[in-house]
Amino acid sequence: MTKSEAVKGNIAAKRRQLLKAGASIGAASALGFPSILRAQSKDPIKLGVPTIMSGRVAQLGISATNAAKLEADRFNAAGGFQGRLIELVVRDSKGRPEESGRLTRDLINSDKCDFIFDCEASNGAFAVHEVVRDTGTLCIHAVSETSSLTADPKLQIPNAFRTCRQGAHDAIVAGEYAAAIAKQKNYTKWMTIGPDYAYGRDTTEQFLRYLKHFSPDAQIIGEAWPKIFQPDYTEFITKILQQKPQALFTCLWGGDLVSFIDQANLYGLFKDIEVFAIALADYTTISQVKTMPRNVHSGTRYLAAFPNTKENAAWAAEYAKKYKDQPTNWSWQAAAGMNFLFEAMRKTNSVDPKKLAEALRDMKIKSPFGTKGELVMRPSDRTMVEYATGWGKITNKAPYIVDAKMADWNTIYELERQWKKEQGWA
Amino acid sequence: MDLNALTQCVASASCLLTQTFNALIIGMLLFLVASGLTLIFGVLKVVNFTHGSLYMLGAYIAFFTYRATDSYALAVLAGALGVALFGVILERFFFNRLYKSNFLMQLLMCYGWILLLDDLMLLIFGAEFQSMGMPDMFARPPVIAVGAPIPVFYIFLIAASFVVAAAVWLLIAKTSFGSKVRAAAANTSMTAALGINTTMLYVAVFALGAGLAGLAGALASPVRSLVPGMGFSILIESFIVTVIGGMGSIGGALLAAILIGICRSFGSVGMPFFTEILVFLIMAVVLVARPNGLFGKPESA
Repeated sequence: MTKSEAVKGNIAAKRRQLLKAGASIGAASALGFPSILRAQSKDPIKLGVPTIMSGRVAQLGISATNAAKLEADRFNAAGGFQGRLIELVVRDSKGRPEESGRLTRDLINSDKCDFIFDCEASNGAFAVHEVVRDTGTLCIHAVSETSSLTADPKLQIPNAFRTCRQGAHDAIVAGEYAAAIAKQKNYTKWMTIGPDYAYGRDTTEQFLRYLKHFSPDAQIIGEAWPKIFQPDYTEFITKILQQKPQALFTCLWGGDLVSFIDQANLYGLFKDIEVFAIALADYTTISQVKTMPRNVHSGTRYLAAFPNTKENAAWAAEYAKKYKDQPTNWSWQAAAGMNFLFEAMRKTNSVDPKKLAEALRDMKIKSPFGTKGELVMRPSDRTMVEYATGWGKITNKAPYIVDAKMADWNTIYELERQWKKEQGWA
Repeated sequence: MDLNALTQCVASASCLLTQTFNALIIGMLLFLVASGLTLIFGVLKVVNFTHGSLYMLGAYIAFFTYRATDSYALAVLAGALGVALFGVILERFFFNRLYKSNFLMQLLMCYGWILLLDDLMLLIFGAEFQSMGMPDMFARPPVIAVGAPIPVFYIFLIAASFVVAAAVWLLIAKTSFGSKVRAAAANTSMTAALGINTTMLYVAVFALGAGLAGLAGALASPVRSLVPGMGFSILIESFIVTVIGGMGSIGGALLAAILIGICRSFGSVGMPFFTEILVFLIMAVVLVARPNGLFGKPESA
């Protein structure tokens, strides 16, 4: 064999080895890659959930994530999305907005969450909103009730949606209801007591605006502004007693509201005063009030009897069975948010955030929490409407609300439009 | 500011009585908590930032006992004694290491216990607020005096607080235990040199101080929402009382607590938006005029 023949032989051998190796890799790929691909496609769909799981408002995060998990488990039990299961990645911001922002970035960058399911209270929600504006991650705000989050055009982004009630809507419904009662019972003298921070000030201001709209005779003879989480309301109670209003509006909530009612009962404050407590009608609050004021009304945060349908009662029963506790306002909103997302996945047959955002924009879903069995995502501001909201008289016994009046959404839309115009947002 | 409203209130018998009563309600509960704080500082020279959490612990023990026995009296007793016993454990195993250490170490230890106790209440009772409800014996219409409604429960609260204040004063001023406490507060090493067991004295003082905080929490529990972390708000006010009254002075704490009660009560009529500022203003004025508080003694060299 000559030297050139030997070289040619070596090259041929190497080529055969290369071909063999290539064929092996090809065979392995044909067998292996689909399973690799299958493994990738079975990765969970991760929802990052920044929320408050500790401190005074821990119930917000606990009840919201409970409901989110209930819906996720239901979705997963039905096969998930093409075999991919929903996984909730919950993080506790402890109610600190700077933590909300940081946690949201971590959820996106470190935990590789596909979407953000925001269950923060308002301050935190604005922080989350700025992060997802930056990253473009699809985000559902399921808890924050501050209207400007979606009403202010400067804050509107194509990848963020709200699936919870709004302060502006609540104020319109409250004002209309309160004015009707005032007209019926000839009340003109009103006082307010609310926690002295943004929510308290805004909610009271909005309520009074619509009270006066529906009842121009209403006079506000005094206001009381205790600190949030103030333990002792004595000085405010005696102030109200001295001023003798016929009706009292309060946006105190949770433990503050219970303490206020307990302390006021000692003075017999509610003997001659009709109370309108916007945040009373949640099980956790009602169940803690030992002596309910004689005439107290509230907006429906969440009650199994409102709407008074089999579907709503069944959902509440399922939640209670699983968690040995009653659902809250935060619970139904989180459930609604999850259902909007799942419906978007089904409709688009995709988890692509842009496609989902496009589908969510004017989506309608069947829901036990809707006024007419349906919840609607309004495309103009990507916020949920047509949810069941109303007011009624509150009692200590099930169903906890009597003579409940479901709000008329046409009235809400009209007045909301006017309000947005005044803000320069429409 | 609404000085007209304030003047009218002072001129009206029912308003004057209502607001004075308010001042006592606010002040006496505050005094119970602050007296324990000032006692611990006066003798042990420890700034007990855990004091608010001891108040919270007393409230929760009372709540638990009331749910189990339906007896408010037992609930109050359990709250006070339970926290006193806890105070013994706290002093013997943890705080006794702080007597010769600096302020930052005390702060660190206290902050650790605040977090621990808050989380313990969270684990046992949950994050949701709890409400004891008013015991039946007090769930009755208020007494009307000169047109002013006076709740029966608050009459009891104020009376109980005065009785406790008198008892603590008698204990410190008129008993041999009290004289030993005063001696230890004045000069610990000399007191020990005289053969007095200062170790047991310290335990007793800490237990008494803690017990007073627990008692305040237990007494107030029918009109408070119990939630982990509830001790924080009363801690700040207790420190204001202690600073105004003078660290280590029970009499000073009583006067300061009533002064704050008057500020909050009449302040809410005349200047409702400046009540908090008024309280801090008084603290600032007292510190400028008397740096050791109204009845505080300067530290001996």
